[in-house]
Formats: sequence, structure tokens, C-alpha cells
Amino acid sequence: MARADQKFGWLELRPGGLYCAPADIYIDPGRGVPNAIITHGHADHARPGHGKVLATPETLAIMGVRYPADTPETQGLAYGERITIGGVNIWLAPAGHVLGSAQVALEYGGERIVVSGDYKRRPDPTAAAFEVIKCDLFITEATFALPVFRHPPAEQEVQKLLTSIAQFPEQAHVLGVYGLGKCQRMLSLVREAGFEEPIFLHGALIKLTELYQGFGFDFGDVRPVAGTDKAELATALIFAPPSAIQDKWSRRFQNPRTAVASGWMRVRARARQRGAELPLVISDHADWDELLMTCKETGAEEVWITHGREDALAHALIAAGQRARPLRLAGREEEAA
Amino acid sequence: MQVFASLLDALAFTPSRNAKLRLIGDYLRTTPDPARGYALAALTGALSFTGAKSAVIRGLVAERVDPELFAMSYDYVGDLAETVALIWPERPRNAPPPTIDAVVDELSAASRAEVPKLLEAWLDVLDADGRWALLKLATGGLRVGVSARLAKVALAEAFDKEAAEIEEIWHGLEPPYPTLFDWLEGKGSMPDPGAGAGFRPVMLANPLDEAAIDKLDPSAYRAEWKWDGVRVQAVSRSGEQRLYTRTGDDISGSFPDVVAGFDFNGVIDGELLVRGEGEPGIDGLVPVAAFSALQKRLGRKRPSVKLQQSSPGMIRAYDMLFDGDEDVRGGSFDVRRIRLEAWGKTAPEVFDISPLVPFASWAELTEIRAGARADGIEGLMLKLGAAPYTAGRPQGPWFKWKRAPLTLDLVVMYAQRGHGRRSSYFSDYTFGAWTEEDALVPVGKAYSGFTDKELAALDKWVRANTTDRFGPVRQVAPGLTFEVAFDAAQRSTRHKSGVALRFPRIKRIRWDKPIEEADRLETVLALADG
Repeated sequence: MARADQKFGWLELRPGGLYCAPADIYIDPGRGVPNAIITHGHADHARPGHGKVLATPETLAIMGVRYPADTPETQGLAYGERITIGGVNIWLAPAGHVLGSAQVALEYGGERIVVSGDYKRRPDPTAAAFEVIKCDLFITEATFALPVFRHPPAEQEVQKLLTSIAQFPEQAHVLGVYGLGKCQRMLSLVREAGFEEPIFLHGALIKLTELYQGFGFDFGDVRPVAGTDKAELATALIFAPPSAIQDKWSRRFQNPRTAVASGWMRVRARARQRGAELPLVISDHADWDELLMTCKETGAEEVWITHGREDALAHALIAAGQRARPLRLAGREEEAA
Repeated sequence: MQVFASLLDALAFTPSRNAKLRLIGDYLRTTPDPARGYALAALTGALSFTGAKSAVIRGLVAERVDPELFAMSYDYVGDLAETVALIWPERPRNAPPPTIDAVVDELSAASRAEVPKLLEAWLDVLDADGRWALLKLATGGLRVGVSARLAKVALAEAFDKEAAEIEEIWHGLEPPYPTLFDWLEGKGSMPDPGAGAGFRPVMLANPLDEAAIDKLDPSAYRAEWKWDGVRVQAVSRSGEQRLYTRTGDDISGSFPDVVAGFDFNGVIDGELLVRGEGEPGIDGLVPVAAFSALQKRLGRKRPSVKLQQSSPGMIRAYDMLFDGDEDVRGGSFDVRRIRLEAWGKTAPEVFDISPLVPFASWAELTEIRAGARADGIEGLMLKLGAAPYTAGRPQGPWFKWKRAPLTLDLVVMYAQRGHGRRSSYFSDYTFGAWTEEDALVPVGKAYSGFTDKELAALDKWVRANTTDRFGPVRQVAPGLTFEVAFDAAQRSTRHKSGVALRFPRIKRIRWDKPIEEADRLETVLALADG
């Protein structure tokens, strides 16, 4: 067990996830726990089955749509609003990842720890911009932590889609997007780029898009695929979850051009694997340069690295003079001690 | 360079041939000279730069990137040019990105020692897609799924010309092809093909509709054996020798033993074969090795001396396009045949002449065809005696009449997702035969020949009978039999079953046939051993 008098010993890795003992609360636990702080609504961070959930009002709303049968006690915390639990001072700050996504700042015994959750630094019309918080320990994600991942400007990638629509006007274009965040960001970007035709949505994307609209986002003329005439879909722009593109669902479109919007599209082999004819490198995560920049900007004396290519980022941070270690190893060390 | 990079990028991800044609065509129509000319040269493989080896690129990146991070990245990406394109840490330079013509001009003029500096400067000012295109261009081998032939077809379609016209003049042209584009845009006359050792577009045959054979006059047609090799054009003109495939790809390098024997002047149409051993073949001709021997040689860009000796190439000639410097394509088949036979008497040793197969009636020829199961023969060719040599696939003068295919009943073992339109369907099937131990062993794979309805039914069956998944491949429980047609069975050391089928295609889905009644491996092997 970790000891509270050790440096950062009040935050530890338990089988359920990151655990703050003095506040008796987990952050993004992988299983149902009595008390949880949830950074954002993606399923690998927000799971059902908790007793009490602390999150931004947007994230709570997203969880309500995703898990209608799950009814934990909830406490909404707006960005910047402070709360003290068990002597731990806690607040949430924008992470720029998706609507409602937050970093968790924790202060205890004169130390400040920031848990980033997933984050990005690029502007996104559908998510509040990332805020740098000075801290002693920064716990960062590492989804795209290889130097080959440097995202091009999103506007340039959207232009590829619009160019293809102009070049292949007789074909439908089916764009693969995750239902939470990517879908709504792409709707905004495509509209900003001047595309005014209706955009058709796969059924799995509708509820969350309506939720965004409820928060005041305007995506123009957006309609469900279901119930739309085949002839109208034959030349339309359609959004669908990436898995639907290679599945039976896509058969309703004759000879579509398939696009996928994801940071993974940067690597050709990955793009081909996903059946993308039009890979759009648009990511909701920080790229390599932004990960390094962010770790530096927090001024943290130590960085723990989680989910992704921990080895590469740790190597680069150490080379740059920052203390860094993969979170999994940090956890094991604590268990051994 | 960035526009060319976008084109390459789009081509690399577009499986559809028609979409590729449009992408290339649009680019060639809308891009100014000389950029489009160099792009066309790159797509047709007409450019090569000696100084830009992958070692040079490794050296450049090693100077800028932490070796451990590079190793992790290369391991993840799997392709050197792509890794470098993505990882390259730009240093600001006060220069715009280079144009493709500047890249080609400067790389061609540069000495080996100057190449790294040039590449480094360009890598700094291009974006990731641009760098990828630059490295592919500089090191040769774009690998974007575009053959030289496809690029020429796209060019022809973009400017409303016939692909054969482009092929005819191609060899006389040099990048960036100013006279070609002038002609295509109506600003100049058709360039002169000249007297070089260029490829001439070939004449192709249509499959014979057996039901309609009686409408043809047997006395007007000549018959030849259809050889199971590779159609080639042997060119020896103006002191230059070349061997081309029927699509104009230069394969001289793969067959130095054949090209070395081109001691003649003219252009010959024929079949590339590998000499076999033992008894003379049909009509007393040189015996021919199995197609697998030829296939092995086709796969080698630089064949070893040993391979050239163990699998010597030869050409079985059946037509003549140029007799010396004289273009004889306008003459009839019969006239060309007389010239060919006369030439054959003194032809170099790597050639022999494919004999005519005499016949008096279609009934007699039908019988000859049914009996033709000798090695190296796929069936018969029928050629109209009065027809000139016309590029392309004209309807009427030439027919191919393959021998009836062999068939086996085989059990479906694996199914794989198709591509493009068929990417949501399991449309490629691997099938097997029963061994002595009553296990199934794969003997072939095929994908074509289904109606949409059949494909949907098969797809449903595969999904319902999946036992394991390997990426896009599903293993299925034995339970469905296909009647598979194929041209021949051959012994193969590459396949676990020890046998490979030539041109397998699925003739019928035998929903009715119990799998236990499917064919056994010994039956397949017996077919291979003739």
C-alpha cells in the first residue's frame, strides 16, 4: 500500500483504477465503485454502476443518454468550481477532448496533482479549450505518443472530403466517426467549410447529436438515414460509426466512397485496415508535439503516463529532463513497497 | 509537389479502377506543364534516380531523430519512407515547397554526394504527404496500385483518345512529354513513334461463343494452339532489344537469357515459355515446363544464372508486326504468317514458330480441342486469315477457344472480406479436399462468379458458420460444397496440399451436396500428374 506521507502517496493505482484515499474517490474507474470522478463520457472512462458520480453537468448528461438504466447519485461540478472532500481540494478544468471533458485537479498536503483524462490542444467548436494548470504531478494520456503522430490542420483534412464530394458527385460519401465528440466536431467542421447540403446520420449517432443540439450547438440540416429514400442517399454525405462501414449496414448505399476521421488514419496500414478510401487525420487527442508541450507547460516535477505508448513518451520526457514513468510501473512499485 | 502528393495519396487508398482513372485523368487535365508530364512519367515508371537509396534516407533521419524513438516508430509504421515522412522534424527554411518538375530536374542533375542535401532541404518545406510522395518518387516504386498501362488508359480517356494511340507513340517520347500534351490538347500533330525499340499495342482475342461457331466459315479461319505462357512482344530495332508484356511492361531485365538471343530486326508477337525436359512436346516442338516454372521467373527482377539455366526462357512466335524496318500490321494474317515462317527458318534459337493446326470442319476442330490436354496447351486460337493486325480487342477476327475446364467438388474452409463494393461481404473463398486421414486441406481460392443474390446467401452462411476469426478472414465449419472449375492442376511445393489449381473459379454452389461426397486429395493429385 502507498503511504500518505510519501510524495504523491495520497493518489495510488488500485485494481479499480486511480484512487485518492483521503477523499475515498476513484477517477475514471474501470468497474463500479462507491465514489467516482468521471473526466468525460467515452465508455472507457465513464462506466455504469457507481454509487456516486462527480463530473461536469455535460458529462452527467452524456452518461444519462448512454446509460438510461443507471441511476447513481450525481453531483455536477462546473469548470473551475471547487469542492473539498476529506480534506482534498478538487476542481475540474476543460480538457478540450469532447463536450464536458475535464481534467481533474487535486490538492492535498501542499501538493497539486492534475489528471488529464483525454485531451487535445487544437481548437474544437464543440469542446471548451484545454487549460494548462501548473502542478507538481501531471498524469497524462499517451494515445498518440509516437513522434509519427503529428496531426495536420483539421480544416485541410475536411477539405479532402469536400474535394472528393466534388470529384465524385454521383457517389455517396460515408464518413466513419465515433458517436460522442468526433461526430459533432465533424458536423461543425464540415459546416464551417461551407457544406450546406443535408447530412444523414446512422441511428447510433442521433441521440448524442440531439444532446449537443440541446446544449445549443447548430449543425444545420441533419437527418436520420432511417426512413430516407434510397435515391436521396445515393449521392449524400452520411455519417456512421466506423464499424458500420465494413458491415451489412453500408449495403444500402450503392458504391459509396468511404471516409474515416481519426488520428489513427495518419498511418497507412491502419487506414487500409479500416477500409478507408478517404482517411481524414482528425483527432480528439493531443499529438506527439502537443503531449510534450503540455507536460512541459504544466511545470510538473513528475509525469505519470497512462493508456497509450507510455514507453516512447517516458523516453522523450526523461531525455528532456523531466521525471516520468509509465503509470502501470508506478503502480507496481507501490505494491512492491 | 503537394498536388502530386494529394494525387498519390488518393490513388493509394482508392481500390476502384474507374475511380483511379478519374483521379489521374482529372489531374492530367488540370495540372500545367511540365508538372503533369513528370507526374505521368512517375506513374508509368519512366523516372529513376540513382543517388536516392534508402540508406541515404536513413542517414538523414538519424541526424535529426532520437534513434530509440525512430526505432519504435518504424516498428509501428512498418515502412521506411512513410516513417520518415511522418517523423521528420522540420527546421524552418525560407523557401516554398518544391514543384515536381524542380524535384525531377534537380535530382537528375545532382551527383550522388549532392542528393542528401537536396532531399533534406525539401523534407523541411513539404508536409507529411508531400514528404511521402517525395521519398516514393526519389527512391522509385510509388506502389499506389497504378500500372503504367492504367496511367496511359487514364491519359487516353482524359483527352478522348484510344489507349492504343498512346501506346503506339509512347516509346518515342521523353518526360515531360511536351509534344504528347500538345497533340492531346489539339495544339500539335501526333508525335512520330520513330524507329526505336518501343512497344506496339497488341491485338487481343475474344472468347469464342461455341453456340455461334457454325455461323463462321471454317475455311476463312486459321487455328493455332493456345499456349499456357505469357503473351509477349519481342522487339529488336535500331540496335535495341526489349521484351514487353502484352500491356507494355518492359520485362527485359527478368529474362536476360531470352533478350540476349534477340539477334534479328523486327517486332515479333508470341508466347513466353520455359523450356521443359524430356520428350518433344506436341507437333514435335520443344517440350514446355509447367506454368509454375515461368511464374517463378516472372517474380524475379534479377534472376540468378542458376535459375536461368534450370528454367531457360524461350518464345513461341505466332505473329509479326515489323519485318525488319517494315511495318506489316496492315497486311492480312495470311501474309504475315508467310513472312513469319520465312523469318523462322533463320530465326535466333530462343524462338520457335507456333504451328498452324490444320482442320477442315468445325466438327474436326472440336475433336482436336477435346483431345488437347498436353502440357502447356490451354486450348485453341482462331484467327481470320484476311484480318490485319489491329490493336485492342476488335470483335470478330481473333477468338480464343479454351479447352473445357476440369471440375472438382470442394469444401469451403475459409472466407475473406472482399474489396470496394464487396467489402461488407465475405466474397473470397478458400476450399479444400479430403485427405486420407479425412481431414480437409486447402487446394485453392477463388472469388468471382456469383450473382448478388448468391453472394448474399453465401455471406449469411459464412456469418452463421464461423468458427474462428483472423483479421478479415473467417474460418468456417465444414458444411458447404462448391463445384470448382479450373484449367489445370499442378504439383506445388508452396502449398500444404502439394497441388495448386490454375484459374480456379466457382462454377456452382452445391447447397445440396453432402460434404462427405466432395473430392479427395488423391483425385486432385492424379489430375496434376496427368
